[in-house]
Amino acid sequence: MMITLNINGETHAVDVDPATPLLWVIREQIGLVGTKYGCGIAQCGACTVHLNGAAIRSCVTPVQAADGQQITTIEGIRRNDGTLHPVQQAWIDEQIPQCGYCQSGQIMSATALLMENPSPSGEDIDRAMSGNVCRCGTYGRIRKGIERAAIVMAHEAVVEDTGNG
Amino acid sequence: MGKWTRRAFITTGLLAGGTLVVGVAIRPGNRSAKVARLIADDGETVLSIWLKIGSDNVVTAIVPHAEMGQGAHTTLAMMLADEMDADWSQVRMMEAPAHKEYANYALARGYELGDMDFPAFLIDTIDGIFLTATKQMNLQITGGSTSVATTGMIGMRVAGAATKAILLEAAAATWQVPAHELHARNSHIFHDASHRSAPFSEFATAAADIDPPAKPQLKSENEYTIMGTSPQKLDIPAKVDGSAQFGIDTVLPGMKYAAVKASPVFGAVIKSIDQSSIEDLPGVRKVINLGDAAVVIADGYWQAQQALDRLKIEFTASGNEGIEQSTIFQQFSKAMDDATENKRNTIDFKIGNTETAMAESSHFVEAEYKVPYLAHATMEPMNCTAWMHDDQCELWLGTQNPLGFAAEVAAAIEIDQENVIVHNQYLGGGFGRRAFADYAIQAGRIAVQVPYPVKLIWSREEDMRHDHYRQANISRFKASLDSSGKPTAWVNQFVDKHDPIEAPYIPYGIENQLIHFADAETHVPWGFWRSVDHSLHAFFTESFADELAHAAGKDAYEFRRDLLANNLRFRDVLDLAAEKSAWYEPLPGNRGRGIAIHKSFGTIVAQVVEVEVNNGKVRAHRVTCVVDCGFAMHPDGLRAQMESGIIYGLTAALYSDISIHRGAVAQSNFHDYPMLRMDESPQIETYIINGGGRVGGGGEPGTPAIAPALTNAIFSATGQRIRELPIKHHDFNRGNPGAKDIA
Ligand code: FES
Ligand code: FES
Repeated sequence: MMITLNINGETHAVDVDPATPLLWVIREQIGLVGTKYGCGIAQCGACTVHLNGAAIRSCVTPVQAADGQQITTIEGIRRNDGTLHPVQQAWIDEQIPQCGYCQSGQIMSATALLMENPSPSGEDIDRAMSGNVCRCGTYGRIRKGIERAAIVMAHEAVVEDTGNG
Repeated sequence: MGKWTRRAFITTGLLAGGTLVVGVAIRPGNRSAKVARLIADDGETVLSIWLKIGSDNVVTAIVPHAEMGQGAHTTLAMMLADEMDADWSQVRMMEAPAHKEYANYALARGYELGDMDFPAFLIDTIDGIFLTATKQMNLQITGGSTSVATTGMIGMRVAGAATKAILLEAAAATWQVPAHELHARNSHIFHDASHRSAPFSEFATAAADIDPPAKPQLKSENEYTIMGTSPQKLDIPAKVDGSAQFGIDTVLPGMKYAAVKASPVFGAVIKSIDQSSIEDLPGVRKVINLGDAAVVIADGYWQAQQALDRLKIEFTASGNEGIEQSTIFQQFSKAMDDATENKRNTIDFKIGNTETAMAESSHFVEAEYKVPYLAHATMEPMNCTAWMHDDQCELWLGTQNPLGFAAEVAAAIEIDQENVIVHNQYLGGGFGRRAFADYAIQAGRIAVQVPYPVKLIWSREEDMRHDHYRQANISRFKASLDSSGKPTAWVNQFVDKHDPIEAPYIPYGIENQLIHFADAETHVPWGFWRSVDHSLHAFFTESFADELAHAAGKDAYEFRRDLLANNLRFRDVLDLAAEKSAWYEPLPGNRGRGIAIHKSFGTIVAQVVEVEVNNGKVRAHRVTCVVDCGFAMHPDGLRAQMESGIIYGLTAALYSDISIHRGAVAQSNFHDYPMLRMDESPQIETYIINGGGRVGGGGEPGTPAIAPALTNAIFSATGQRIRELPIKHHDFNRGNPGAKDIA
């Protein structure tokens, strides 16, 4: 079956079994391997991508459900000018990744959280991030990274506002 | 001790016990053409196998260790760069190719320096043949927390210093000035008197012809400019934008995908496969019977896994089908009883005379502890891409032991080891699991049967059911106390001993000690799991130490402190942990603090956990961690490793339980082998003491003490003593019996 995927602003037509999890289509057909497989049953968050701006587990999302929708992966969250997203920069500044395998998913969950809630409380962070396992135990640093990115993004928003006003 | 030979590329020495160890390679003249081809780009001169200097004056450190997130690449490159006086912003690193000349002799040496015999688990990685001098050439392992402690200290620093020395000598000859008038800084050489300076690269060619010094002068601590600082880790940028390549990310032209199912019961083999069950499925290319595992190859991984799930596979009975977790623990108990009855325990450590000491005492404490099997559950499941072509087998994967893997795959598919080429990628977690080559062997055996490259991916279920497990164990203790509450004898018995040898040893000044064990092998594959035997014995010994403190009526910290009067380094670590955790500050009723201290891989770690037990739920709020590894080369990296080791150990203590049911692992994925998550993650503060001396490991020592620190905290909060892990099996709405305090 032909399915149209809009991934990171590009349109792809793929001929796949509509039941195939989006994860494997992104990795194998589209060739974007930053999105990871960890469990296949929505338990670890390694496969997190955005579907119309919301964080979803691509390992349990049939590709059919994404037909014609806007998908964003880790490869697509840089700013238009090519610079890192503030969350990515915060991940470097806080020296978060260890093995790094979970971090695409962590960053996708964190960016989705901040889009929806620009100044999350500790509990908001817990709620949004508890679906993402990090076997290297980088949770404490991830929390700091999100807080740092939130401050940077809030500052950017203010600059933009005054610039426009 | 190893001996430096003047021209040798590798130094060698024979150690007690017949172990040959080898030092570093710094002699350019002896580099083999093969190695030069692998690492030298045009315009670059290979000065030693540990680094290269490009015509752009970029120094590339060649690190013989896999990067699993422990920061080895960065730290090792720092050590080399500091000794060279290189400009850190102009230093790059690459992982050494899997080639014999890069063999990581330091690992062997690391064990030797720790007063240990050569660990038995390494022998298996080299084709089952006992290690000989030449066989040691096959070691290139990242494990045992040795990368900084040994490769760094013995290899990288010496290589850096030697390189600087020959560059200075080359510059002196070029400029016709005495070498002692020159100095190096920021990847340049300066002659102040004539105001001359030039980049290292200008002397690279000339330096390649100079004999390196036999014993280059290393910097003293006050001369360090890079070591002891925390530059950003080199691997992190690629890990925030999805560009870091893990084994599972390998893409080759024409590649197909394979899913595998090994016999759920360890030891069973395939009786029959009914291919007709999946023949009409789309994308399926081939079904392969590997003897103990069935493989489906398809155009996509999901197709392969779906087909495999439907494939009818029959396994023969192995005789292990009746084994349950409870029968394994019964087997352990019986082995221990029998060994005691027949005086067949193997003595592990003995000082004084525990029998006499106990005869003189009337106050005894006894306890028995139990721990389950544990899986590694690396975030990236096992996988390997293999391609057999032109008589060569190329492998793309993440491995902690590239050379050992090449040897094992070569043996399995019966080709020459020279023809197995390992392309090591980032490891999505290692923790000891990626030192076992089973997944690479499977991929190699698949590759020889097809003309295209195949990416074999283990499902999470396969990964969890076919791990090499941290052993389950039972540990029994009996101690006697004198009238002042001071322990006079310590007797400990457990089953099965692996590595490292000193894992069950205690730092406390107890005059009479007997530590012994019984053998009770099971059919469950053993593997070294982050900190190996330390992960269980620290829980045993530090729980029992806590029970003794309680029986003696003393504060858990002070009781330990008193017993460390002759072990001042431990005492300093313990004191700081107590101070920073505000040990004496009162806590609300349902909270408690627990303390534990343990040394592993040359590094002493004390941890204090503050726990809350509320409505039957355990929550660790705060962990204070103090670490002394001699000298922290990269303090922030060491802190990150402590945080990581703590979460890894907390996860195991709270939740992890691999249990055997009908001969097979009962758990399969994160729903029944749960992980600690963000909302349960404690606040962790790490304090570093640079106590001097030999530099210890960083990747593993954060794990052992955290389980007992947590269970000791639970005891202090609830009065309930946890003698069996994981904690999730305990009911905190009821009490449990205390230690048998036979006064
Ligand atoms: S792979 Fe999708 S949640 Fe784990
Ligand atoms: S960084 Fe390794 S799993 Fe998160």
